[in-house]
Amino acid sequence: MGRKLLLEHAQVPGINTYEVYRKHGGYRSVEKALKSMTPDEVVEEVKKSGLRGRGGAGFPTGMKWSFLAKPEGVPRYLCCNADESEPGTFKDRYLMEKIPHLLIEGMITSSYALGANTSYIYIRGEYSWIVFILERAIAEAYANGWLGKNILGSGYDLDLYVNPGAGAYICGEETALIESLEGKRGNPRIKPPFPAVKGLWQSPTVVNNVETIAAVVPIINDGGEEYAKIGIGKSTGTKLISASGNINKPGVYEIEMSISVEEFIYSDEWCGGIKGGKRIKACVPGGSSVPILPHYLITKTAAGETRMMTYESLADGGFASGSMLGSGGFIVYDENQCIVRNTWTFSRFYAHESCGQCSPCREGTGWLEKVLNRLEHGQGKMSDIDLLADVAKKIEGNTICPLGDAAAWPVSAAIRHFREEFEWHVNERTACMERNYGLVSEPVAAV
Amino acid sequence: MPKVTIDGQTIEVAEGTTILNAARQAGGPSVPPAMCYYSSLKGSGGKCRTCLVKVTKGSEKDPRPMPKLVASCQTPVMDGMEVASISDPQVTTARASVTEFLLINHPLDCPICDQAGECHLQDLAFEHGKSSTRYEFERRTFEKIDIGPYIKLHMTRCIMCWRCVYLTQQLTPERVHGIIGRGDHAEISTYIERSVESEFSGNVIDVCPVGALTDRTFRFKSRVWFLNPMDAHRDCPTCSGRAVVWMYGDQIYRVTARKDKYGEVHEFICNTCRFDKKDKNDWTIEGARNIDRHSVISQGHYDESALTVR
Ligand SMILES: Cc1cc2nc3c(=O)[nH]c(=O)nc-3n(C[C@H](O)[C@H](O)[C@H](O)COP(=O)(O)O)c2cc1C
Ligand code: SF4
Ligand code: SF4
Ligand code: FES
Repeated sequence: MGRKLLLEHAQVPGINTYEVYRKHGGYRSVEKALKSMTPDEVVEEVKKSGLRGRGGAGFPTGMKWSFLAKPEGVPRYLCCNADESEPGTFKDRYLMEKIPHLLIEGMITSSYALGANTSYIYIRGEYSWIVFILERAIAEAYANGWLGKNILGSGYDLDLYVNPGAGAYICGEETALIESLEGKRGNPRIKPPFPAVKGLWQSPTVVNNVETIAAVVPIINDGGEEYAKIGIGKSTGTKLISASGNINKPGVYEIEMSISVEEFIYSDEWCGGIKGGKRIKACVPGGSSVPILPHYLITKTAAGETRMMTYESLADGGFASGSMLGSGGFIVYDENQCIVRNTWTFSRFYAHESCGQCSPCREGTGWLEKVLNRLEHGQGKMSDIDLLADVAKKIEGNTICPLGDAAAWPVSAAIRHFREEFEWHVNERTACMERNYGLVSEPVAAV
Repeated sequence: MPKVTIDGQTIEVAEGTTILNAARQAGGPSVPPAMCYYSSLKGSGGKCRTCLVKVTKGSEKDPRPMPKLVASCQTPVMDGMEVASISDPQVTTARASVTEFLLINHPLDCPICDQAGECHLQDLAFEHGKSSTRYEFERRTFEKIDIGPYIKLHMTRCIMCWRCVYLTQQLTPERVHGIIGRGDHAEISTYIERSVESEFSGNVIDVCPVGALTDRTFRFKSRVWFLNPMDAHRDCPTCSGRAVVWMYGDQIYRVTARKDKYGEVHEFICNTCRFDKKDKNDWTIEGARNIDRHSVISQGHYDESALTVR
């Protein structure tokens, strides 16, 4: 059994209430930080832990915190990104539903470290019931003196608010989130300036994912060095993985970042293997935006090494033969799934969610969707395949925010690894509507 | 003052100048096309991505190149910066792609569009685009709507530059105009069909780079290139009264604000001047306006070199 730092008590009855959470060691990190540490010492501890952002980009959290501008007389803000809308990702939901106090505790400790006196949890509109769960937990925290004025007599004040969005994936992009929090349309801002300098209401702001903030709790309780002992290299600590698709045991798992992909998929402790004993066809290891891997690149890298559940190993081989850990949305496809259909489904999502500000993403995502729709429905042409790759390439890197890249990557990767399946859709117009292609062949290694 | 080199041409500009404005100061073919940036509208730019350039050297202090193409209208120059505009195939390819993206949902109804001849999308397609499109789907269409008595919104032609939104935000006291929806289904809208009733609302027509917002008092009256643009002014209690009147013989067909060579207005005019003063006696005519744009309007004084077929 791997160690669990976040979900250890998730199944304890009543853990969503203050009494039970406190009985299981809750709010110790706040006590420790406020009573015995300076804000900078908290930041230093997070740096030592090697914690990397769990929202997708994997940027070192301690470093991000130390970039926060601290001009005199200007408030600073911490915003928790609970917009979780990436297809395949549902870990933050689980955490907030089960142990809301863990997030609240993390918010208090982190806000203290950053010197923020007002903090926000920005949550996707579709998680409407979780808003009430969090608000209840916040009310309990206020009632027990963990929020409000002069917390624990330390002189530190903090107010914490939950702010639901209106159901837009783009509001998970940190600057769109800030715009939305300000009550505006959720359009990503043009960077620079970065939020660390000018964020919410033009003040220095840190935006962190739910899981990132929750991880601060064990880091402060046990020390950054202890945390950094878990995992491999720069992938320290534990990571929540949302496992879905054709596996025996879909769900949210907390893993130490030192297990292999093979273990994760096939061990009974985690996914429990492919459903119905079928063969694995493909895997999207980090949410819909990351490149898809064909069956022969999932458990081994192109160089033949064991693929591990770490940032580095999943990215091994770059985009040619690797992928990304992303937000940990781990989707498994068995041999009966259609990659063209899956790519089309993802494209529909991005076309629908593009904010529409910049031309390549606004027009390109819609175009990709239409061409994929035609291919999936047996109406495609051979030239469509190169057209898709070309349109994707022309969106990538030319947009305001990374949603454009996120829309382009799954398409490019699917064509890179599953071209023969796309061609089959063009050649077998009727068959492609009736059955699926099965596994693609593994390219013969060039000698 | 920082020195920047654009396509090999070095120029010294004021601190904080963007690459686009530096290129405009230097002039010539390296000036990036700009479909959304508008210098007099705060916050504009960054969206259309036609002005992308490659920064091959960040600055004297930090010479690292920038990893991606950048929007020149948003990126300030640094001392010693080196920029590639038309000299780099990555940039010209990106501009051609953006042009293609802007055109895929555009109706290409130039023959019946009032903007023809002074449309920035036409210019962009001519200068940076390809002659054919690979798009084979039905184009997005919208119903035309009248925004009040003077302005027609033909959303189908809109390229989502947001200029009209910034203009109404910044020039008119109460914004009743904005964007609803997302992605390629986003649209310009007036709040529950309320008409835009501000003294300065007519300026949206001038900032619109395409024929999405047109003058209802001028619609289909004439092709702009048959008219003579004349600088004119009048004593106006509301605005500067400095405008351009577009004449055919003795008759004023339409009134617009004065645009510079990049199509930008620096003195916005009021609706009375624009829509109500169509009598020659309302105006003091200063003389012919030199339209310094290589478009069909200026065919009378066209520079031959711009006419070579590519
Ligand atoms: C289109 C888009 C959607 C995003 N959605 C989320 C999200 O739902 N949750 C999240 O934590 N980060 C999301 N991000 C990443 C955030 O911009 C940001 O990097 C993150 O919240 C930083 O937190 P971290 O450093 O703790 O990972 C998204 C980014 C993009 C471009
Ligand atoms: S890349 Fe897409 S989502 Fe991001 S700003 Fe541009 S249009 Fe909006
Ligand atoms: S209507 Fe014209 S000015 Fe307004 S966003 Fe569309 S193209 Fe731009
Ligand atoms: S002019 Fe720079 S992005 Fe539009």
